[in-house]
Amino acid sequence: MPRAEPPGSEYACAVAGSGTTAMASIPEDAMPPQPVEAPRRVKRVIYRHTLPLRIMHWINAVCLLILLGSGLQIFNAHPALYWGQRSHFDHPWLSLGATQTRDGKLHGVTTIGAHRFNTTGWFGVSSMDGQPTVRGFPSWATIPGPQWLAMGRAWHFFFAWIFAINGVCFVLYALWTRHLTRDLVPTRRDWLGIGRSIIDHALLQHPHGEEAARYNVLQRIAYFVVIFVFGGGVVLMGLAMSPRMDSVLGWLVDLVGGRQSARSIHFLFAMGFIAFFLIHIFEVIVTGLGNNLRSIITGRYAIESKTHDETHQ
Amino acid sequence: MKLINRRRRFLRDALALTGAVALGGCDKLSETDWAPKVLGSATALSHAAQGALSRNAMAREYTEADISPEFRPNGSTDPQSAAYRALAANGFRGYRLAIGGLVAHPMSLSLDELRALPNRTQITRHDCVEGWSVIGKWTGVQLSHVLHMAQPTAAARYVVFRCYDAMDDGSEYYESLGFDDAYHPQTILAWALNGKTLPIPNGAPLRLRVPRQLGYKMAKYLRRIDLVASFKDIEGGAGGYWEDQGYQWYAGI
Repeated sequence: MPRAEPPGSEYACAVAGSGTTAMASIPEDAMPPQPVEAPRRVKRVIYRHTLPLRIMHWINAVCLLILLGSGLQIFNAHPALYWGQRSHFDHPWLSLGATQTRDGKLHGVTTIGAHRFNTTGWFGVSSMDGQPTVRGFPSWATIPGPQWLAMGRAWHFFFAWIFAINGVCFVLYALWTRHLTRDLVPTRRDWLGIGRSIIDHALLQHPHGEEAARYNVLQRIAYFVVIFVFGGGVVLMGLAMSPRMDSVLGWLVDLVGGRQSARSIHFLFAMGFIAFFLIHIFEVIVTGLGNNLRSIITGRYAIESKTHDETHQ
Repeated sequence: MKLINRRRRFLRDALALTGAVALGGCDKLSETDWAPKVLGSATALSHAAQGALSRNAMAREYTEADISPEFRPNGSTDPQSAAYRALAANGFRGYRLAIGGLVAHPMSLSLDELRALPNRTQITRHDCVEGWSVIGKWTGVQLSHVLHMAQPTAAARYVVFRCYDAMDDGSEYYESLGFDDAYHPQTILAWALNGKTLPIPNGAPLRLRVPRQLGYKMAKYLRRIDLVASFKDIEGGAGGYWEDQGYQWYAGI
């Protein structure tokens, strides 16, 4: 049997500020009596992420980084997106293009629908070895840096396999250990408290103490959507772009409106991953960078309760 | 406090450094001999998996309403070799497609002879490796029909297509297919696009159509077809002009 303790399961106890950080596996009952008169911050360390989950998390992080960089490289070969079966070259819904003014200067022009934006330096035209260069996304964001479609595809398809296999392993593991049903699917009570949770998150008042031992409702929704909608979707839309797979996935291609729609949705899921990544990193930092990093590297996550009483009644 | 700040700064720097090393490292690895080979191994996996899942499945065929107003040409659009110019000047009347190599019956066919063979018309999508797609109506003879006429020998494994268009490095465009794709019913040697004689930008007088692969497999300006046991000794050895530049031989993805 795998060691599949849920977040919040007791791993060890320690009293913060007492000078001991020993993490012995002693049940709470066996803790030495605490001084009652002076309320103290009590630190309890739980075993939050099992080893397989930690390994899969980091494999996934590396894959996403490389898939994103190489994906933007591939996008740059034709930096425009369309809806439908084929490319309506005059009507992309998104394009990262360039224009040249009479003085010879290059300007990056991003169009979204009928809206035009000057994005010189970022999209359409950006610096490459000190020279303004016509390219969709800038070289610091693509793998490899220079325009090199063949190499971008090589990176992308290699890590796409690892990403997909890792994803399937995660889902099987999460089902088998009930990580999915216990920790990721919001409970009825979670749904009822969603309004409060949204307000708290907006005010950066994050759950702490015992409440932080389990994933809150917004966390559950975010992880669930990212894993199953973005993760599953990005793989399916990738397959729907393959002319060979389209001979058996025609229904899927038609379902989303065509191969060019699949390419657009693939891109949007990738943007969704970036949005998740930024929020994820932000939350990791504001809710305790050291504690969070330790928990995804060693599995151990500290929970601090305001007073000793709260945890011992 | 100071210690915490220092620790935070270290973590921040470590994260930034990891990112820079990851991206810069990818560039360095791309320049090595071995890393692209390792990365390329995934294509063999893709080929095996996609081949097993789709076998002889047919590419989607569209309706007249789906046809692109212009079938965007890419790569060579007007070959300049003397041999090609001479043929074009004469409306390709002197054109002959040679079929040789490991075949029992080497032959050469004129355009009229090709047009007299049973033909197939298909409205299929053309997916460029760059990411865009166009749809066109193609008419031509199934490659399988021509191969049955020429009868490949038991040693033949690949069909190599030689073309009239010279590329930037001076070499002639070429491509190759395995027998699974060569004998697929939608693999045709096309002489008409959208009901009209094939225009020069799209590969006149004769081009290959393999709708289950990307555009660069569909060689234009066909000069001759050879059956071979291996393409290792041809040009750069990777089985095609773009393959010699690092693109995957299997272009179903």
